[in-house]
Amino acid sequence: MSDSTPHSSHIPAEGPAVGQDEWVARHGERRLLRGGRLGKLEERLRVVPWWVWLILFVAAFSLLPVVESSGYVRRVAFDTVLYMLLALGLNIVVGWGGLLDLGYVALYGVGAYTYAFLASDQFGVHLPTLLAVPITVIIGALVGLLLGLPSRRLTGDYLAIVTLFFLQLFQTLMTNGDSVFGHDLTGGPNGILNIDPFHIFGHDLAVQHGGVFAVSYFYLALAVFAVVYVALRFVNLSRTGRAWRSLREDPLAAEAMGMPVNWLKLMSFSFGAGVAALTGTLFSALNASVFPLTFYFILLIVVYTMVILGGSGSQSGVVLGALIIGPLLELLRDPGKARILFYAALVGGVVFGFRRSRTLGIVSGATIAFGFVMHAAASAHDAAWVAGDKASGFGGAMAHWVVVPAHLASWVQPTTYVGLIGLALLLTLVDRRVRIVLLVPTLYLAAFVWENVMLANPEPMRYIVLGVILVSLMILRPNGLLGERRVEIV
Amino acid sequence: MDTFIQLTIDALTLGSVYALIALGYTLVYGVLKLLNFAHGDVFMVGSFIGFGVLQLLGGTSNPIVPIWALLVLVTLAAMAGCAVLGVVIERFAYRPLRNAPRIAPLISALGVSFFLANSMQLLFGAQPRNYDTFSLANGALYLHGIDIGQVRVPLLRIITIVAAFVMMVMLWYLVNKTRTGKAMRATSFDLEAAAMMGIDIDKVIVFTFVLGSALAGAAGVMFGLRVPTNVSIGFVAGLKGFTAAVIGGIGSIPGAMAGGLILGFAEAYTQGYISTKWSDLVVFLILIAFMIFRPQGLLGRADIHKV
Repeated sequence: MSDSTPHSSHIPAEGPAVGQDEWVARHGERRLLRGGRLGKLEERLRVVPWWVWLILFVAAFSLLPVVESSGYVRRVAFDTVLYMLLALGLNIVVGWGGLLDLGYVALYGVGAYTYAFLASDQFGVHLPTLLAVPITVIIGALVGLLLGLPSRRLTGDYLAIVTLFFLQLFQTLMTNGDSVFGHDLTGGPNGILNIDPFHIFGHDLAVQHGGVFAVSYFYLALAVFAVVYVALRFVNLSRTGRAWRSLREDPLAAEAMGMPVNWLKLMSFSFGAGVAALTGTLFSALNASVFPLTFYFILLIVVYTMVILGGSGSQSGVVLGALIIGPLLELLRDPGKARILFYAALVGGVVFGFRRSRTLGIVSGATIAFGFVMHAAASAHDAAWVAGDKASGFGGAMAHWVVVPAHLASWVQPTTYVGLIGLALLLTLVDRRVRIVLLVPTLYLAAFVWENVMLANPEPMRYIVLGVILVSLMILRPNGLLGERRVEIV
Repeated sequence: MDTFIQLTIDALTLGSVYALIALGYTLVYGVLKLLNFAHGDVFMVGSFIGFGVLQLLGGTSNPIVPIWALLVLVTLAAMAGCAVLGVVIERFAYRPLRNAPRIAPLISALGVSFFLANSMQLLFGAQPRNYDTFSLANGALYLHGIDIGQVRVPLLRIITIVAAFVMMVMLWYLVNKTRTGKAMRATSFDLEAAAMMGIDIDKVIVFTFVLGSALAGAAGVMFGLRVPTNVSIGFVAGLKGFTAAVIGGIGSIPGAMAGGLILGFAEAYTQGYISTKWSDLVVFLILIAFMIFRPQGLLGRADIHKV
């Protein structure tokens, strides 16, 4: 075993075993290994069993409310745990089943609304928590089953349409459900309010605890997450998990081998729906209210980005994806933090792209110089051109490099934005030398657009970042961070 | 009876817009076997381009060109703009993924759709844009028209329906009677065989996107002329568009037209006779019924899987 060739450490020392297909048995070893130090590190980390990672993660995460007493941070942490649960559920359908389910957040909504029906004044029903939650999960799984029924005869594209239409339908039904033949079923656009909090072992899990977000919900969510993660791990290791994997790799071959393909597809839909419904109950109980607009296209794309970023098919991957995207979305709301993130990403991107080569110095130096030149030229022309946005701290410091005008003519925003997109796309087409030269004004224009256009509108800006991440991921690294590169045999 | 005529005209107008969007979907799906989720947002961009050009030409109150020229210019501008947009999307979001597993361009399309809708919101804000067609020549497009029974059909609707119909006929002619159209049909039948026959696949695909996106742009203008447009219409329009394409038989051009009209009729009659609230449910049930009993749609080919 020389160090020069990438090598897996799991090849058994003994010879071929009788009755065992070596090629199939060694399937897990044929990974593309990274060479060098990173490769060795990756191999060492791979040996650590998954439950060690889980315990470490849960322990570290549960320390968060101890370290951070801000209600806002705790709330973001809770939302992130919900996102992790959602990502786990979507992973079952997309990652393991290989089905493109675009109606997933509608099932999340079904769970949330069902819990609201069962534990609020809407129908006067106030079931105890230990009854309401399992009933909701079962109902969610049933709805998932129903939604999956058309998938028996449909290929991936048609299923995507049907599920996407279900998303739209759910939205319309919940929004218009406040006057069904004269009855108010779903509360309409104003949703259902005053939903009972969870009532466990005689205690109402209070939402607000002396003005600060109560940690009991956070710990409950974390516990639910751990249980679901472990349960799904076991499912993945079972016959059903193996059957799902074979179904995903080649449905026709799986059917030819005698696997109940239709039943497996329905199972994956149901499981995913069940997890989503469970998450819905947590959401409902904490927020004490549900509104239809939460469960719509935006949330769908957010959860999909998490799953794709983390690596669909890999449980730890999708959790990682949720861990990255969830807080990222929150951080991008605040212009100060968004600015820091942007410049960090810019610097990181340049460094990573030009790793330790002379070009890195050239590009960085040129960009910085270019920026100062532009800034000087702008302020020399008209002082008002650099007088805008007297932000303090980091923003103020960067204002000496980036041109931030006091007033922007209305044509500036669309022109520079479209120009930046055009330049960035052009960069992918030209050859290396031209690309390096063109990179300098592009980076500066990106900073200009970020400061003047994007930071002013955090709402769409966050989602634009998400959209860019999603498209770039599919083109550059479709297996995400921790997923495995799959080869489709045509 | 009058309600029926009114609803039928509504259905035809709605159906024409849906048919134009569905045609874009069906063209692209036929050639690339890809559901272009971004198509609905191209439609939305088209309506905004139309609005922008309208303002450039003086707006509906003081147009600097005659009305017919205004309408034609606005539509052509939207079609051209959307064609460019479609080509750019194809080149950068779909072409790199041509050999990837089928799910990859689908998700990329979702990302592009999300990106487009939010970019428009970033640049132009979330408030609706009203073409204010009523101010055009003091409401001429609304007040003049032909009378069927007791119902007056406004000129605007007639123009919309006729224009859509003309475009569909032109498309049919293009696809069935020209060489480029023959190349498109060959590519949609079997991409690799067409490439082996010497057809430039890239050019054909670009041309398909140009056609489909131009139609979406025209549909956007037609939509904007009747209803104020905003950045969020792309999603639902796209959804209805490819539902129409699937019902009619995806990959088939007459199918897309038929599907669009069916969808328009289903929606209009449900909204008229039952209630606006349940039109989505009815369309969903129709879709499910088709999926269960005739998945290839009305005029589509039954899919034979090669093992």
